[in-house]
Amino acid sequence: MSLNSTPVASTENPRSLRAIWRRLPVIHHLRQSVGLQRGMLVAGLIITGLFVLVAIFAPLLAPYGYGQLRDDSGRFAPQQPPGPAHLLGTTVGGYDVLSRVIWGSQTALLVIVFAVLLSIFAGILLGLVSGYLGGWVDRVLVVIADAVYAFPTLLLAIVTAIVITGGESDLLGGILAAAISITVVFIPQYFRVIRAEAVRVKSEAFVESAKVIGAKAPRVMFRHVLRNSTRTLPLIFTLNSSEAILTLAGLGFLGFGIEPTKAAEWGYDLNKSLSDVTAGIWWTSVFPGLAIVLVVLGITLIGESLNDLADPRLRARRRRRGATAADAAASAPLGSPASATDVVGVTSASEAAAASSTATTGIDDQEAGR
Amino acid sequence: MSATQTTGAASTDAAVDIRDLDVVFTTDGGDVHAVDHVSLQVQPGEVLAIVGESGSGKTVTARTILGLLPETATATGAVLLRGTDVVSASPALLQQLRGADAAMVFQEPSTALNPVYTVGWQIAEGLRAHAKLSKAAARTKAIDILRRVGIPEPEERVDYYPHQFSGGQKQRVVIAMALVLDPAVIVADEPTTALDVTVQAEILDLLRRCRDEFGTAIVLITHNMGVVADLADRVVVMYRGETVETAPVGELFANPQADYTKALLAAVPKLEIVDRAQPEPAAPLVSARDLVIQYPGRLGRPGFTAVDGVSFDLGPGEVLGLVGESGSGKTTIGRAIAGLTKVTGGSLDVLGVEMNGMRERDFRPRRREIGFVFQDPATSFNPLLTIAQCVAEPLIVHGVARDASAARGRVDELLEAVQLPRAYGDRFPHELSGGQRQRASLARALALDPKLLIADEPTSALDVSVQARVLELFAELQERFGFASLFITHDLAVVDQLAHRVVVLHRGQVAEQGRAAEVLGSPQDPYTRRLLASLPVPDPVRQAERREERRRAADA
Repeated sequence: MSLNSTPVASTENPRSLRAIWRRLPVIHHLRQSVGLQRGMLVAGLIITGLFVLVAIFAPLLAPYGYGQLRDDSGRFAPQQPPGPAHLLGTTVGGYDVLSRVIWGSQTALLVIVFAVLLSIFAGILLGLVSGYLGGWVDRVLVVIADAVYAFPTLLLAIVTAIVITGGESDLLGGILAAAISITVVFIPQYFRVIRAEAVRVKSEAFVESAKVIGAKAPRVMFRHVLRNSTRTLPLIFTLNSSEAILTLAGLGFLGFGIEPTKAAEWGYDLNKSLSDVTAGIWWTSVFPGLAIVLVVLGITLIGESLNDLADPRLRARRRRRGATAADAAASAPLGSPASATDVVGVTSASEAAAASSTATTGIDDQEAGR
Repeated sequence: MSATQTTGAASTDAAVDIRDLDVVFTTDGGDVHAVDHVSLQVQPGEVLAIVGESGSGKTVTARTILGLLPETATATGAVLLRGTDVVSASPALLQQLRGADAAMVFQEPSTALNPVYTVGWQIAEGLRAHAKLSKAAARTKAIDILRRVGIPEPEERVDYYPHQFSGGQKQRVVIAMALVLDPAVIVADEPTTALDVTVQAEILDLLRRCRDEFGTAIVLITHNMGVVADLADRVVVMYRGETVETAPVGELFANPQADYTKALLAAVPKLEIVDRAQPEPAAPLVSARDLVIQYPGRLGRPGFTAVDGVSFDLGPGEVLGLVGESGSGKTTIGRAIAGLTKVTGGSLDVLGVEMNGMRERDFRPRRREIGFVFQDPATSFNPLLTIAQCVAEPLIVHGVARDASAARGRVDELLEAVQLPRAYGDRFPHELSGGQRQRASLARALALDPKLLIADEPTSALDVSVQARVLELFAELQERFGFASLFITHDLAVVDQLAHRVVVLHRGQVAEQGRAAEVLGSPQDPYTRRLLASLPVPDPVRQAERREERRRAADA
């Protein structure tokens, strides 16, 4: 039901650009959301949008370069409190904090893009093949995925960082180290999710009907199974993005990050500001830390609201305000009476049956839950 | 919302008094008016049947009696249950009412019972929620009620888990749970739809006994007019959230007033037993000899034999009805012919290909000669493709057309053949009703002009009136295109409308086969006879006679 709950008005040509725009994951969710869920989604979208904009326009926004230690008037004084010359102060090494924070967003975005690009295709392909074909291919892949799960992300990241960079941490090396180590951990996640969905979808009647028609396995997989298996992807995508940032920051904090002369990196800055904290110099640690928290928060907010909105049982709906039957009939698209009863049917007949049967005998929910 | 009315002098004697009930659902597609100012009463000891198509609001109306509406619903009006208004009741009061004053029997007994507790525990849970009872006392009561609903050896079986009971017994347990607190009214929501006809007859007998022995009023929700004729005292016909007609059962069947009721009754398939002209005998398209299909078991356990030594032939242009209860192996045979399930023994010849040990590569070219219509039209279409793309799929796969737009001409022809407007090709499957979807499904099955069409319960997910139209269309298409068809169904009346020959399956074996008129008119096998006797007919007078006959046959 949640798959076909898109309320496409029947008068429109469903293939028009506008309809496609409305069916895009986040746009569709935003239109559908209401109340607190909408607030969460909008807040997440604004924070994340700001983050992306800052990353793209970092060269224009930042007053200085990420590795800049002097300007025309001479060398920057170290550990300057926030002031007119340095809006957020300077670090112990004399770097401008504001510039480092702004440039750092670029590094973070690159890591997200690399990590997700590297893992999403491999993960989806493996998951689809494994879930649809089953058999020994499936079993071997699942065991490998489980084994990879057992590794701590950070440990893997450190090993990869050493292997890739050989100790030299430049921008690309640092980003790749973080991205690849994250990829190794993320592929099993995409694999798992797509595999579970593929296993579910492959027993649906429409897949069997494609088989009966005589469609070959690749066609069934990519035309019928794949597109029906991707509904949880936006959610994992966002959660993984925030995890990618945290791993990068962790790497930087542990000293496996990127040299300050090659790129700005929030985790590295946090590490260098450790000794400042006890000396009462707050600005060197607060701002990079805040940047990490905000970006992770923004992306997680999107992910969590997508999760709630994708589930018809968690999704809030607009309450009725004095609407009449005629309004409802007029606004309801042609297919909707049927789908509306489907909604009722889904929640009532299948899922709630067991729960409400205990409810009918008069046990309150808490007791039934025990 | 109306003020709480604690008593209404005129209605205190009614078990349930629904006054001007109005329910609106808030959905993604706007508000939906599910129940539109409905008023009805249920007297103590009365069986009131609410009938109507899906979406008519019958389930919602009945669920309001227990205050079991989802959060998206807004109800106004009053539902008086022994003088207490349920609509405005607080959750604590509702908890008191549920079970003690009103109880519910669900459609699917296997999901209504919690699989991790014994049935005795589940019955006791209801008891102890309402009264202080010791464990032993609750257990005694549970055993007692299980005995009264006809569970054999209740002392022992009270400690069984739900999966250790058969479907019919599970429904008995659910009814026992409903009865144990001696409620004024039981709401039975399609209590027999998930059950086989022979089990259905037993459950209907049990419900009748509930009313006679316990004096419980029953609100029976169903779309099966045969069940209504068998059990109901009074009938409410609902359509689009409104009551169309209310009448005693005899009057409703003999002399329906509303046009909708007349149409509904006319659409109910009846056993008329017509001897159709048999097609010319020719070399069979499908030929099964001692066919065995076994599902693999878990490690160390023998597999489950779904089909056990079945032999039959299906000639060109012939409609073969494959009838049986759930678990009889009828669907498995259909799937084996389509190459979806492996044949493990015997021989199955489909269009010249031996399916025992078949390789997909050898069978694929033959697939264009086979069409398949699935049971549930809601799931047999890819929800992300338009109807036209779905119907074009077989044409593309077999290289008749390059893509969906190239196939559009043929798709339009097909849609017209199944009486769907061409414009529906641009819609998505969820924008069509069940009947329309099943027509589209027929169009897809016929796209390559197949010699053989396998229809697996194509109408059992549809409403009666829709079912009648789809069956008519099927007969018409069969005549026009002349394809052979394997028609799988559990409904003898449906087979009677279409089939030239009938194969009756029982536990994976053929109970009886032959010309439709002979098998249904003068059945030789005792199982076929029992199957026919259990089928409730939509006529209260005749149904009462049949019930007597069945009882005598059982006693003898």
